[in-house]
Amino acid sequence: MQPQRRAVIRWLALGVAATLGLAACGGGDDEGSGQAAASVSQADIDKAMQTPTELTFWTWVPQIEKEVALFEKKYPAIKVKVVNAGQGEPQYTKLRTALKAGSGAPDVVQIEYQYVPTFTITDSLLDLRPYGAEALESQFVDWTWQQVTGRNGEVWAVPQDTGPMGMLYRQDIFDKYGIAPPKTWDEFAAAARKLHTADPDVYITNLASNQNGVWMGLLWQAGARPFTSTAPDHVGVSVNDETSKKLATYWSGLAKEGVISTDPDFTDQWYQALNKGKYATWLTAAWGPVFLSTSAKDTSGKWRAAPLPQWTAGDNKSGNWGGSTSAVIKTTKNPIAAAKFAEFLNTDPESTKLFATEQFLFPPTKALLSDPTFTGQKPAFYGGQTVNELFAGISDTVSTDFTWPPFLDQAVNDWDETVGKSLADKGDTSAALDQWQSRITTYAKNQGFTVG
Amino acid sequence: MTTNTTARRARRAGARQAASGYMFVAPFMMVFVAMLVLPLLYAAYLSLFKEQLVGGTTFAGLDNYRRALTDDQLVEGVVRVATFFVLQVPVMLGLALFFALALDSGVLRLSRLFRLGFFVPYAVPSVVATLMWGYLYGPDFGPFAQLADKLGFGAPKFLGDGLMLGSLANVVTWEFTGYNMIILYAALRAIPAELYEAAAVDGAGAWRTAWSVKIPAIRSALMLTLIFSVIGSFQLFNEPNLLQRLAPNVIDSSYTPNLYAYSLAFTSQELNYAAAVSFLLGLVIVVVSYAFLLVGNRRRTS
Repeated sequence: MQPQRRAVIRWLALGVAATLGLAACGGGDDEGSGQAAASVSQADIDKAMQTPTELTFWTWVPQIEKEVALFEKKYPAIKVKVVNAGQGEPQYTKLRTALKAGSGAPDVVQIEYQYVPTFTITDSLLDLRPYGAEALESQFVDWTWQQVTGRNGEVWAVPQDTGPMGMLYRQDIFDKYGIAPPKTWDEFAAAARKLHTADPDVYITNLASNQNGVWMGLLWQAGARPFTSTAPDHVGVSVNDETSKKLATYWSGLAKEGVISTDPDFTDQWYQALNKGKYATWLTAAWGPVFLSTSAKDTSGKWRAAPLPQWTAGDNKSGNWGGSTSAVIKTTKNPIAAAKFAEFLNTDPESTKLFATEQFLFPPTKALLSDPTFTGQKPAFYGGQTVNELFAGISDTVSTDFTWPPFLDQAVNDWDETVGKSLADKGDTSAALDQWQSRITTYAKNQGFTVG
Repeated sequence: MTTNTTARRARRAGARQAASGYMFVAPFMMVFVAMLVLPLLYAAYLSLFKEQLVGGTTFAGLDNYRRALTDDQLVEGVVRVATFFVLQVPVMLGLALFFALALDSGVLRLSRLFRLGFFVPYAVPSVVATLMWGYLYGPDFGPFAQLADKLGFGAPKFLGDGLMLGSLANVVTWEFTGYNMIILYAALRAIPAELYEAAAVDGAGAWRTAWSVKIPAIRSALMLTLIFSVIGSFQLFNEPNLLQRLAPNVIDSSYTPNLYAYSLAFTSQELNYAAAVSFLLGLVIVVVSYAFLLVGNRRRTS
């Protein structure tokens, strides 16, 4: 009942830091030069890797100690302290607080792709180019590398895992009502009507009204470029352009007809619905198959995977939802060791393989995506289908021109209250897009950006 | 001469007494100043600035306050918690008073058990309580929905736009009725027995005694619970914050003023504006509480 007092104390902590930080930030924006700092020599790297060092690593990947142990085995002088500071948002909040306080920030941190610009606008991430990160590019799927690359070629992070989007569907339900897995969105809409008419308790899918990630993934697939940026203080916002409106008309149309559901996802209600067959498909990411097999155990063997339906028949396009990177925080006292740790974790063959087989993270490296021991897996949950192989193929169809705004939390929050709400209320999603556009624009201007 | 010495001695004694008085309150004052006064002053200071992602921090004067006063999201939030207060507090305090009187009357058997039973919900952390109610409210698989489905009529949408405030009021009532009951019950136990004897001599029955003796005697305790409820209602945070996950499109980030301040600080990165919003909320609470105190006191003197 007393959030007030706690909040005030938190502000005090932040506020003191903010004033201290003010002096430090006086130098202004050093982005935009496009010049990487001078490369660190191999001799310096060797020396740093043999100097006793302790790194702090914030991550929410479970049992990541296994991968960390591989690094510590190779570089015995360096100890890595793994801290779970929360998954996603809670971790980012703690990170921001630590950054403002000027102490307590980790050396290396897990950051999702969509949050990279949110942390580069505050100049919190270390450009990894001087530490040889540019040489890693060829190991990663193109779009994943583009996601971690800055406007002037900076390398802000190393990809850890990804979520190219596909469709998981209940083959038993489709068979029962004589529906073929839809290949286009038109077929999908027809199937939605047929299915719901045949059984009013079943919806072809659930487009969660609180899940901005899926909306962005679908926008990505449709070829939209909602956010652009030509300079550090510029942000282009076009979340209500023709492509977005097409998406809005399509999905709000299905929602108004009542042939899809719009329940919030990752809630008890949603898990039960998946288990009980309320949704015949889940439009999800490459990490979805394993996630589903542990959260909807009752439905083992009934699911199959397919690519997302397409806007134009014969196309082969997808977007991404989720996945993370390892980034180095600029305030680190051990930039070399930290950068090399981020690199090792996500490029060492043994470490990346462990990620894929122990934590079931979907890999961003070309090597693993073509490794038969990975793509050849035949999980019984999907009737022995080689699901990894399918998603490895989908990963190549994600375009490389999608970028994120430098204030993601705000954009997502505004989406929930405009577009998401309109989907849930079966309202006018097209008008909601205009509201979303105007709310983001107002916020961006208020934050000092040039918008346009 | 004599009087002079006595006066000086008395003065010295007074000073000594005052000093020891200050010594006694010093530990409290230190914590109070460090943990409450300073942070408050600092938040006030913060609220006069504006920090931008591009451009850094600038002095903004009262701009944040001006913005807050015309901020529809904030005003809607304040109106919403005021509505909540009007709906929920009379029910909660009414129930608390009823239970307290029932326990005090000695009519109830197993009164200890009841006392404990009424109080248990308060011992359940509000997070747990809200999660539990969130499950009960579930639109498809919650027990009420299942029951309604079995009986063949549509389940009420507890987490929908229309009923959400009522659902929240129910959770808060469930949580805090017992707490308020204990305060009122304690006050009832402190009423001197002579009053009851006098009432009995005057021929008052149980109801009459409750109405004319007990309730007036615990007026200050009632006022206390009312002020607590004002603060609790206007600072509503935990319950909507948790139910937000279940009904993200009903409870938005500015559903209550506290939720809004939190979201401004941590989602929008507008710490300075959030400080201003909190200050204004604090002001509203002070004004409403004071208004109740004033009304309560006037009635007592008249």
